[in-house]
Amino acid sequence: MTDHISTKAPAWRQTVGGWMAQFSRSRPTRPGETYGVPGQGETVVLSLATIAAFIFVWWLVTALGLVKPLFVPSPQAILSKFVDILTAGFTGTPLWEHAGISAARVFGAFLLACAIGVPLGLAMGMSPLVRGIFDPPIEFYRPIPPLAYLPLMIIWFGIGEVSKVLLIFLSVFAPVALGAKAGVRSAAIEQIHAAYSFGASRWQVLRYVILPSALPEILTAMRIGIGFGWTTLVAAEMVAATKGIGYMVLTASQFLQTATVIMGIIVIAAIAYAFDLLMRFIERRVVPWKGRM
Amino acid sequence: MALEISQASVEFPAANGRPPVEALRRVDLTIEPGDFTVALGASGCGKSTLLNLIAGFLAPSSGDIRLDGAAVEGPSADRSVVFQKHALLPWLNVIDNVAFGLKLQGTPKEQRYEVAEKFIGLLGLAGFEKSPVYSLSGGMQQRVGIARALTCDPKLLLMDEPLGALDALTRERAQELILRIWKDTGKSVFFITHSVEEALFMGTRLIVMSPRPGRIAHTFDLPFSQRFCDGEPARQIKASSDFVSLREEVLAIIFADEEEE
Ligand SMILES: Nc1ncnc2c1ncn2[C@@H]1O[C@H](COP(=O)(O)OP(=O)(O)OP(=O)(O)O)[C@@H](O)[C@H]1O
Ligand SMILES: [Mg+2]
Repeated sequence: MTDHISTKAPAWRQTVGGWMAQFSRSRPTRPGETYGVPGQGETVVLSLATIAAFIFVWWLVTALGLVKPLFVPSPQAILSKFVDILTAGFTGTPLWEHAGISAARVFGAFLLACAIGVPLGLAMGMSPLVRGIFDPPIEFYRPIPPLAYLPLMIIWFGIGEVSKVLLIFLSVFAPVALGAKAGVRSAAIEQIHAAYSFGASRWQVLRYVILPSALPEILTAMRIGIGFGWTTLVAAEMVAATKGIGYMVLTASQFLQTATVIMGIIVIAAIAYAFDLLMRFIERRVVPWKGRM
Repeated sequence: MALEISQASVEFPAANGRPPVEALRRVDLTIEPGDFTVALGASGCGKSTLLNLIAGFLAPSSGDIRLDGAAVEGPSADRSVVFQKHALLPWLNVIDNVAFGLKLQGTPKEQRYEVAEKFIGLLGLAGFEKSPVYSLSGGMQQRVGIARALTCDPKLLLMDEPLGALDALTRERAQELILRIWKDTGKSVFFITHSVEEALFMGTRLIVMSPRPGRIAHTFDLPFSQRFCDGEPARQIKASSDFVSLREEVLAIIFADEEEE
């Protein structure tokens, strides 16, 4: 790598230059790779190392007593809290039930949002009439933080499951619908023309050309959407919940049970991350052609 | 199927501060059943625009286009298109791409695979039926595009530089294949190319177009494709003196156009 640098440069300049060079040009390809694909390369080892380093520093800070356990409990404390709540439960409900109920709320809202949002988004992409009608309301409520309209949800729909699921639903719905709408534009006009020149009807063009080519964007929108869903979960479970991870975190925070709070956060993150991995897997299986043509 | 274009003009309106483009001005063209019309001309002279007009993807700003007397109002299955940019569907494999037109027309799976299989073989793609199209080379993708249009058995076949990405040998084979299919089925063909030799060899009629505004500058009637169909070898035709002299004549016209720039 350093060969390209002037041989007169001092040694340290050569190393720095060699290190900098990786930013100015792509590294050479390995067999089976394509030169210059952005961000190409494995990251698993690096990611695991980061996590390990993070936990190590965390452990070190708490083990040396630099921070009070009230602010940052040790990793072991979180683990034992996890085992404790897993077996004994929190406020009389076992952990898996809290997690299950939260997951049911988020995934229920997510499925509902996809079932309505994807067709509506497609219709918005296809028809100026539908787009004209639905664009303003969606764009209007989309940037509002769910906490801001949470009181309205309670006033209108009470403190039962409806307002909880609806709150999450609304946060997932906008990105999914807008993603599907944008996805309609992904089909090349030549592909659409080809279908028409083979005698396709408008419906067939939608079904066989526009929908498949919108699929990558729809899947991405779903991944973004479910992210918003998890973000909104805690807000939703502020409403008179007696079960759920969000409820657990909120209640624990009132009693300054920091370990439970952090444990709850980790559980939410773990479920969300596992689902995202599943979605990425589905993406690879369903749209292997993404970005290839 | 007789296609008549009379006094058709296409103007792309001004946008983002660019002046309007007069892509075609007062074009007259008739394609009789069994005609093989080849369009030749410098890049940007309106060949693709003319093809889009015939296919029904564009409406003329003035003038009209008639198919067997009825005005063309949009695309339909009697005019299949092979596109300049492949326009294949990456989520389908080769055979499903080739059979796509038949699927839209409701042909049962077995039947359409049978037809598709035949054209895949004719275009030298046998063995790639299950390959994803994005894993094929540019020339192979073009051949898939040709096979896809042929399976639909259109009365008028519209081809926009369909052989541009093929190597010399495959290209000659594809030329001969298209000619044979054209002869056997009695289709009309509208064919765009940048290769003068290809144009002369394949067409029964050659239109040479000029840019700014796009228009048909010259028309030639060509005997060579008929001679090929009557059994004369392609290489011999391309080396014959009347072929060579016509090629020089057409090249002179095209170069003169470029000089004007
Ligand atoms: N959608 C469009 N909007 C504006 N101008 C256009 C559009 N399509 C084509 N043109 C213009 O019309 C002219 C003719 O374009 P066309 O694509 O028909 O050329 P062509 O003869 O097919 O060229 P090539 O051989 O490079 O494919 C060009 O000047 C082009 O810039
Ligand atoms: Mg063109």
